Amino acid sequence: MEKIMIKNDKILLSHGSGGKASHELISNLFLPVFSNPALDQLNDQAVLNLNGLKLAYTTDSYIIDPIFFPGGDIGKLAVCGTVNDLAMSGARPLYLSVGFMIEEGFSIDDLQRIVYSMQKTADEAGVKIVTGDTKIVNKGHLDKIFINTSGIGLIDNDINISGNNARIGDKVIISGSIGNHGIAVLSKREGLEFDSPIVSDCAPLNSLVEDMLSVCPDIRCLRDPTRGGVATTLNELSMQSKVGIMIDEVNIPIKDSVRGACEMLGYDPLYVANEGILVAIVPTDSVEAILAKMKENKYGQDAQFIGEVIAEPKKVLLRTLLGTTRIVDMLSGELLPRIC
Amino acid sequence: MKYLDEYRDPNLAKKLIATIIAEADREIRLMEVCGTHTVAIFRSGIKSVLPPNISLISGPGCPVCVTPNSDIDTVIAIAKVENVIITTFGDMIRVPGSYSSLEKERANGADIRVVYSSLDALDIARKNPDKKVILLGIGFETTSPTIASAILSAQKENIANFFVLSSHKVIPPAMRLLLESEEVKIDGFICPGHVSVIIGSNAYGFIPKEYGVPCVIAGFEPLDILQGILMLIRQIKSGDPKVEIAYKRAVRPEGNINALKILDEVFEICDVRWRGLGVVPLSGMSIREKYRRYDAKYAFNVEIEPEKEHEGCLCGEVLRGVQIPSECPFFANLCTPDTPIGPCMVSSEGTCSAYYKYGIIWKK
Repeated sequence: MEKIMIKNDKILLSHGSGGKASHELISNLFLPVFSNPALDQLNDQAVLNLNGLKLAYTTDSYIIDPIFFPGGDIGKLAVCGTVNDLAMSGARPLYLSVGFMIEEGFSIDDLQRIVYSMQKTADEAGVKIVTGDTKIVNKGHLDKIFINTSGIGLIDNDINISGNNARIGDKVIISGSIGNHGIAVLSKREGLEFDSPIVSDCAPLNSLVEDMLSVCPDIRCLRDPTRGGVATTLNELSMQSKVGIMIDEVNIPIKDSVRGACEMLGYDPLYVANEGILVAIVPTDSVEAILAKMKENKYGQDAQFIGEVIAEPKKVLLRTLLGTTRIVDMLSGELLPRIC
Repeated sequence: MKYLDEYRDPNLAKKLIATIIAEADREIRLMEVCGTHTVAIFRSGIKSVLPPNISLISGPGCPVCVTPNSDIDTVIAIAKVENVIITTFGDMIRVPGSYSSLEKERANGADIRVVYSSLDALDIARKNPDKKVILLGIGFETTSPTIASAILSAQKENIANFFVLSSHKVIPPAMRLLLESEEVKIDGFICPGHVSVIIGSNAYGFIPKEYGVPCVIAGFEPLDILQGILMLIRQIKSGDPKVEIAYKRAVRPEGNINALKILDEVFEICDVRWRGLGVVPLSGMSIREKYRRYDAKYAFNVEIEPEKEHEGCLCGEVLRGVQIPSECPFFANLCTPDTPIGPCMVSSEGTCSAYYKYGIIWKK
């Protein structure tokens, strides 16, 4: 066994934040051991060729406090998250598995609410939950309920979406306003009240992706900016495609209530988690058609063109509203509220 | 929150910048003493649109950063006592003390929880009557009234297992110390918005009066800050220093009387040590004797090893505005937000973190 290069000798919460520490864990520990061509792509799903079929396969585990939040719950999240990871490869999501890990003493009523919510979301997304598993854990050994879902979907053979496909001159699109999920969950958990309630954007995006592909089959990259937010997603795409990305602050859609909450908490909305929006990198000549089509879908009404792919520097840059340009780095550590 | 839009209007910003450039006819050095301002200045790129004769210097405005290592070492020592729960606000968890950090102690098994308000800490105390719950009290006057009110609630409900380790500080005495030391030339202060909501503009009256240095209290949107800078330039040129409020939608001269009353009930002013500044007279807030049963300093008699600073770390100089982060040998190589050596790189409000995250301006 080779010695693995990780800066800490213990797992810290920041290893799960989706930012730099998570990437370090994946690149320096998991990847060297598990390495194979499908995994090495480092997309949110593996794309596999099986008997002439192009298959997308993904898995994700859902841990959230609180389990019920404005705009969703852990069940809806578990279906949307996996459906979206499949959809981001251009796949039509088909089948999901579900694994429940439940704490002894958990309310059956709450479990029922979660299960109904999962089925309702699966119906909306057009997927079936076809296999599952349940484990019960001694009280205190996990917090309420954790859910794992895996999913498979089919990709049309002529579609080739991957994080490494961005080309210089391509345009960057975002499907909706940023930061809603992270702030909604946080405000529910911490009992923070804002002028107008903030609701999670948690939603299955496969119909939106289908609409986008119907007007532009050669979309280059798609990704849902969940943990680590839009800043981290853009950094991943920039690294995978070995290009730079320039975005315009004035174009980034954000609700006033979310901006206000972020100001109060000291968060940069670019790093706050989303569960119902996507970032797309598309060929320049199809931007208008894609945006028009997206706006017809209920999950794409606030879709916006936010920037473009550039040759140099190979980093994510942001043009501020004062007209200056700065580098947007990946999330470091956990997202923590400031003290003032 | 709709009103925020007018403070983010790019066209208004351009006009304001043009006025600043036209009116700034001399070398002017302005210091901000609020971490939120530091971050806002960097995030919006204000420094790079100002003319070269206007410099903005970051002062000791980040409460996490000015907390000396010995306070962190003390709370880490308390975390190792049996049956305690440490509660702390946000980014304090990652700040390295002399030998460890709360984040590392948490991974080692200590019960350390991040809370968003002092009332959350009190709630943890209610739900865990068999444990002692300690709240690490860090922050300026924006935080301290909520902690005072948690202590008052604990007394009212007779919650005996709730304690506060008070490391609270007040900012005006630190501004006095910087002016007295004359280590950095300061032509004007951009005074903190949130803190001033509580303490009011009158709290800075001594600065123009005794030191002839203008003060403007500014909000946090790019236009708020630009407006504050313009008002300072005009005051400096007029030779009539005073305290002005550019953040009238939130700040009053007398501050928030209720919050000040609660503060005075629970805390008394004391001398306290700041990282980088040493002991600043009358700048600390210790828990009054009548509330001593809630004072973790007395409830836990822990011994700590002598405090140790990381040799070569320039956080102290950065906090005084004497040096800038990029002058530190560790900056952006050994010391990054992922591997912080000093607190100014850890805290989201820290000057080093702001330089690292937002300060790298790209010019073709």
